[in-house]
Amino acid sequence: MSVKKFMYVNRKAPYGTIYALESLEVVLIGAAFEQDVSLAFVDDGVYQLMKGQDTSEVGMKNFSPTYNALGDYDVNKLYVEKESLEERGLTVDDLMPLTYEDENDDYKEKPSIRVVTSEELSAIMDEQDVVLSF
Amino acid sequence: MAMLHTINKSPFERNSLDSCLRLARDGGSVLLIEDGVYAATKGTKVADKVTAAMGRMKFYVLGPDMKARGISEDKILDGIQVVDYGGFVDLVAEHDNVQSWL
Repeated sequence: MSVKKFMYVNRKAPYGTIYALESLEVVLIGAAFEQDVSLAFVDDGVYQLMKGQDTSEVGMKNFSPTYNALGDYDVNKLYVEKESLEERGLTVDDLMPLTYEDENDDYKEKPSIRVVTSEELSAIMDEQDVVLSF
Repeated sequence: MAMLHTINKSPFERNSLDSCLRLARDGGSVLLIEDGVYAATKGTKVADKVTAAMGRMKFYVLGPDMKARGISEDKILDGIQVVDYGGFVDLVAEHDNVQSWL
């Protein structure tokens, strides 16, 4: 079976709705099928990657540490739209410093988050075989 | 009559903030909760209209909902007061009525 390019598009903030958590669950399940997986974070989806999330006072599960595990499942292309960050007064420094070990480069630790412009993301989306929206 | 307005939706995804600011009378208060807390942060495309509305209404943001979303107090616009759950109860008690902008 040939490897297909799968992209998960995340456009919702965490906690306010169940979309962000459900997307993460599906990504982890899908990772078992060894496809070429990437994630896109646009609009309020960029808030899913905010660092320092602490849900202890709201009685909900803090699922943000799970994004750290994605690298171990060979999910290491997390595209964050620059324009979405800017509209929200955010920079990449406000996001979790997610990394993966590159097996093709002596297992060097490299950042998983790649900030891309709308134009660049548009081209990456165009290359996909399957796009799943959350 | 002093009204407490609560907003629980992101200002980037819904128009709850806009509708509230358009229809709320001067002298009332706005409490940003859940995904509404994003409206309280600095440097966003809605920050100017929130700041402008502070001249006629008091603004509050719920601390536990900020913390859940990784928003620290230094990211909150000047003039917005952070409250905890007890503060939420006090605001409800101090106002004549509550209107939820869902």
